[in-house]
Amino acid sequence: MGAHTEIHASAFAGAFTDPVFQSQSVFRALMDAMARPGTITPLGATATPPAPLGAGAGAIALTLCDDGTPVWLTNALSHSSVPAWLSFHTSAPVTAVKPEARFVFIEAGGVVPGFDQFALGTQEYPDRSSTLVIEIASLTGGPEFVAAGPGIKDETILSPKGLPDIFLTLWTENRGLFPRGVDLILVAGADILCLPRTTKLRRREG
Amino acid sequence: MYVAVKGGEAAIANAHQLLADRRRGDRSLPAISIDQIVAQLGLAVDRVMAEASLYDRELAALAVRQARGDMIEAIFILRAYRTTLPRFGMSVPVDTASMKIERRISATYKDLPGGQLLGPTFDYTHRLLDPSLLADEPVAEPLRRTADGSSMMRVSDILAGEGLIESDGQMPEDHVPGDLTREPLEFPLNRDLRLQALARGDEGFLLALAYSTQRGYARTHPFVGEVRIGEVEVELDIPELGFAVSLGPVQVTECQMVNQFQGSAKNPPQFTRGYGLVFGQSERKAMAMSLVDRALRAQEFGEDIVAPAQDEEFVISHSDNVQATGFVEHLKLPHYVDFQAELDLVRRMRAEYDARNGIEKNETIRDAAE
Amino acid sequence: MDAIKENTGTAVSERKRAMGLLARASTEELQAGWLVIEPKPEVHPVRGPETGLVMVRGRIGGGGDPFNLGEATVSRATVRLGSGEIGHGQVLGNDREKARLAAIFDSLYQRPEHRSAVDLLIDQVESRIDAEDRKHAEQTAATRVDFFTMVRGDN
Repeated sequence: MGAHTEIHASAFAGAFTDPVFQSQSVFRALMDAMARPGTITPLGATATPPAPLGAGAGAIALTLCDDGTPVWLTNALSHSSVPAWLSFHTSAPVTAVKPEARFVFIEAGGVVPGFDQFALGTQEYPDRSSTLVIEIASLTGGPEFVAAGPGIKDETILSPKGLPDIFLTLWTENRGLFPRGVDLILVAGADILCLPRTTKLRRREG
Repeated sequence: MYVAVKGGEAAIANAHQLLADRRRGDRSLPAISIDQIVAQLGLAVDRVMAEASLYDRELAALAVRQARGDMIEAIFILRAYRTTLPRFGMSVPVDTASMKIERRISATYKDLPGGQLLGPTFDYTHRLLDPSLLADEPVAEPLRRTADGSSMMRVSDILAGEGLIESDGQMPEDHVPGDLTREPLEFPLNRDLRLQALARGDEGFLLALAYSTQRGYARTHPFVGEVRIGEVEVELDIPELGFAVSLGPVQVTECQMVNQFQGSAKNPPQFTRGYGLVFGQSERKAMAMSLVDRALRAQEFGEDIVAPAQDEEFVISHSDNVQATGFVEHLKLPHYVDFQAELDLVRRMRAEYDARNGIEKNETIRDAAE
Repeated sequence: MDAIKENTGTAVSERKRAMGLLARASTEELQAGWLVIEPKPEVHPVRGPETGLVMVRGRIGGGGDPFNLGEATVSRATVRLGSGEIGHGQVLGNDREKARLAAIFDSLYQRPEHRSAVDLLIDQVESRIDAEDRKHAEQTAATRVDFFTMVRGDN
């Protein structure tokens, strides 16, 4: 098509039907879930992005991404209509350079790269780090972890299903970098569970 | 002891109602319309757009009206408004070489290609108050002369032909233009970020700094290579289409200041340049900006930093009038508790001083204010 | 292959010109243009109309590397015709209705049966702008300085 890039029609559809209120509702859910790590929280609104991006992750992208937030996508996502959809609805640029990304999207079953490959922030500006949005099979029914830290009264149990086996090692290393490090948003369907870098995890015994 | 103070809601509401009344003024006079402000106070509107860093004549005129003509208040209001809007993207850089010229003058070449076009200037007016404006007398249509359509070559290109002037500013490879609306400033800055800050900087502050360089505080031997005012197209890349589309024209003022440079170990003797680019018709600001831009390049040219206009952190940290007014004007807000602490301290020091010097305690009406 | 490329290039430059002129049209011109479109197509909103900002960039020294000059308000809209064509409108300023109409005309421009009506509209806009530009250029030309060489004192 020469200089003209034809965009699949799915790139133009599937955004919020009521952008102001739906993005506010998702933002509120994200804020609450980040403040109460490990708590399963309904997003309150979903989107219908092109496959393989899920409805919940799509709603998060519409809410958080804009032209100032470069996004890193897995191989499967970047070879779908998702980059065009993101660009049209959020103006977010897609980057192939992991440390440049402010947001990272990984579809269910996609390979989760090592967290330290992304932006970890600096001692002076720990906020200049990546937030990873990882879609998983379910927020319950997986191996059990005991979580503790700010926003958690004593301890809480969480059992996300579909994270890689090495997850606990990755997370412990990430926790060790504090105040640097990445933050995680785990998504299953229209529900989320957040793990900010302040949360300590250990495997639940027995 | 910290005492929380509450109250004043009624006074604030009434003050705002009084403000609205005073803003409207004499009801027997017609209210001034936004169109009138845009059309007849155009340079005030341009200043608000330039320093608010938001090109929108109608909104700038509304801000001028709302602020009762207080320019910095109007700039503040427009700046606040822009934070409510999402950003769609970055334009293709505007091409000032293909500007639709309304004014173009050079102080360095008399007979330059395209000629000297005075345009709607205050220059050569006598600065005598004009009573005909009181009478609202009819204004004649401007005269016309066939435009030859010749291209308006840049003065810098004329000097470049002889190899006697530095090239246009280049940044390192892969440099992404800095944006002070997105990232906090970290000194030292690159020239691109300095130009963004200067373009929105306070006209009076930049004018004073520019003047100081002429009076010997970092002399740069300036000549106006060229000032041009006119419209340029704003184009935006549309990712869905794969090409850039014009959004319409904006008016800008550009100044190329040419400065003699004696050379250094790294650079041969040549002319260097300061650059000014400002929204709207704002020649004084564009000229001041170009002088300050050149002064701030002292380090680049191995010049000694001896004057305020060369001190990047000083200039850029204090050029923004919204920041400046916020910090100066916040002093009028209640500081009752801070002041009580200071008062106690001074009383204590004074008592010690008096005791040392054998002065008897002077009974005052100290409690009257408490 | 080259012929196809060239065709696409022409199509792109024609649409680019049309979109640029639609951005310069007044809301009244677009409304008048809409009145004569028959039959009226089915139009679905896809995005917007909405107002936001575009960061206007200049170049250091006029021709050097880019810097951020300041923002401008921009209104934009994307619409889809019942027949599937997607149209985009983006215009300086706050006028969201103008952006919506510009997007509709951009989508109609892609329909052969409406092409001539859209061409007529943008040609009218272009001649209005050309006339205004010519007037301004001539008024400016009247302020051009004609220098006279004075007789030197030592002659």
